[in-house]
Amino acid sequence: MIISVASGKGGTGKTTVSVNLALSLTNVQLLDCDVEEPNAHLFIKPEIKNTVPVYIPIPQIDKEKCDFCGRCQEVCAYNALVVIKDKVLVFPELCHGCGSCTYFCPKEAIKEVDKEIGCVEIGEKDSLQFAHGQLNIGQAMSPPLIRTVKQYANPSRTVIIDAPPGTSCPVIESIKGSDFCILVSEPTPFGLNDLKLAVEVLRKMKIPFGLVLNRADIGDEKTDAYCQKENVPILMRIPFKKEIASCYSRGENIVGALPEYKEKFEKLYKDIVRCRT
Amino acid sequence: MKQIVVISGKGGTGKTILTGAFAALAENKVMADCDVDAADLHLLLSPEIEQRHQFKSGFTAKIDKKLCKECGRCVAACRFNAISEDFVVDPISCEGCAFCKFICPAEAVIMQENIAGEWYISRTRFGSLVHAKLGIAEENSGKLVALVRQKAKELAQKEDADWVIIDGAPGIGCPVIASLSGIDCALVVTEPTLSGLHDADRVIKVARHFSVPVALVVNKFDLNTQMSEEIESYCHKNNIELIGKISFDEDVVKALVEGKTIIEYPSKGAKEQIIQIWEKLYQRMR
Ligand code: SF4
Ligand code: SF4
Repeated sequence: MIISVASGKGGTGKTTVSVNLALSLTNVQLLDCDVEEPNAHLFIKPEIKNTVPVYIPIPQIDKEKCDFCGRCQEVCAYNALVVIKDKVLVFPELCHGCGSCTYFCPKEAIKEVDKEIGCVEIGEKDSLQFAHGQLNIGQAMSPPLIRTVKQYANPSRTVIIDAPPGTSCPVIESIKGSDFCILVSEPTPFGLNDLKLAVEVLRKMKIPFGLVLNRADIGDEKTDAYCQKENVPILMRIPFKKEIASCYSRGENIVGALPEYKEKFEKLYKDIVRCRT
Repeated sequence: MKQIVVISGKGGTGKTILTGAFAALAENKVMADCDVDAADLHLLLSPEIEQRHQFKSGFTAKIDKKLCKECGRCVAACRFNAISEDFVVDPISCEGCAFCKFICPAEAVIMQENIAGEWYISRTRFGSLVHAKLGIAEENSGKLVALVRQKAKELAQKEDADWVIIDGAPGIGCPVIASLSGIDCALVVTEPTLSGLHDADRVIKVARHFSVPVALVVNKFDLNTQMSEEIESYCHKNNIELIGKISFDEDVVKALVEGKTIIEYPSKGAKEQIIQIWEKLYQRMR
């Protein structure tokens, strides 16, 4: 089973929930797909066994063969190629690596070369399997890296995916194919606004979901009312506690510092399994 | 005219609270919300929309069943596995590259332009706001951010404003890069946590990569004073100005629940610290 953990925006406790759920279960794997800001490793502290660079193919023009016909510029949907009189300019940061230009060049003057966009690091902590992606600084294209991280999913385990925040393409790429999605939010006007957006995404993708309400005792009642009206199950409430905030700030885990939470996360998992059937 | 963006690496560190406060403090300004993915600033500014525009971006392939000869070339060509065995395009996976359109011998593929969101120019009690909403599951938020930035700048020029105050996008990818271009000062907000420092460090590297001047604010610094000290020494080591520290203050959430910026709320702690930060920033930018 693949369970993803998402939220309409960052800072709601998404990583806290992913990490503590992973630490409460057995036969589990955690994939951190928040490749722009991977954080789960700070809490898991895995031993990284393997680092695999991730590339996308970008075109390279052979000046000897090219006759500047302009076909590549015509087929590229992203304006990543510009042909001027006797030159072809390639803009690697615009290229999606679709391969169209290479295929259609009538002179076979284009060859694809690898451009590194980041890496996947694979490791473990005790019996927990772990992998995450790190996007290179200044690099804009995260979905191909997210796809690569997800290729490491181990089908014989419960896979927990820590998704990036928001509702745009990287989030979709991360949660696509999940059996269930845990949304994490807090009961403030910002939290509720972002939760509504996330709910829209999951409904559109037809992935079953439920809510974990973090810092459940601050803010107002509007989130509860919304969930009741929209039939969104509230699976768990985590109160705002100084202990929790301070163990988070030190990079420690709730289930380590407050063992009673392990049972709560186990129950969360059981409830999800029940929701599914 | 000076452009200031508030960013944080990860969201939820108080970026919008601070932007809202600056909106209340700055004089003669235009505001922009570049967090087009999960825009929140409108909750503090209660904008009245005056102009509404469609944001068109990118294309999605569609296969006309009547023309399709089922040769399978498109399925083989598509690198995003967006075309199923029975020649239906999955719009979520489709990147709109049009490879399939060019390769199809029967001209059965049409490329449809996506309506990827909307953007608005609104009036608020603090002045004009440019903001946007990216459609669910849409990409190209970077382009929408760039558009919001451009419109805000145009508006500021037209209104002869002194400041553009921008709520930046989260992350370090294309939307945040678009938030940072041409900025006079990026204010990075972090919380005193290990991951907060990690995220701030990554986004500061991005800002520096694009030669944007940065200053750092530690929000809720008293939740972990030891970590706050660590952030201080990080700033010192990396030559980053630590422009202020804000204490944890329940009034911040209370003001938010009432739809007010902290500046409009009868409060002391965080409010006063934020006012000081704005004054410092003002001095520095003049
Ligand atoms: S691979 Fe695709 S996106 Fe990249 S330059 Fe060629 S046509 Fe453009
Ligand atoms: S436009 Fe590109 S991504 Fe979309 S279906 Fe065609 S080949 Fe695939």
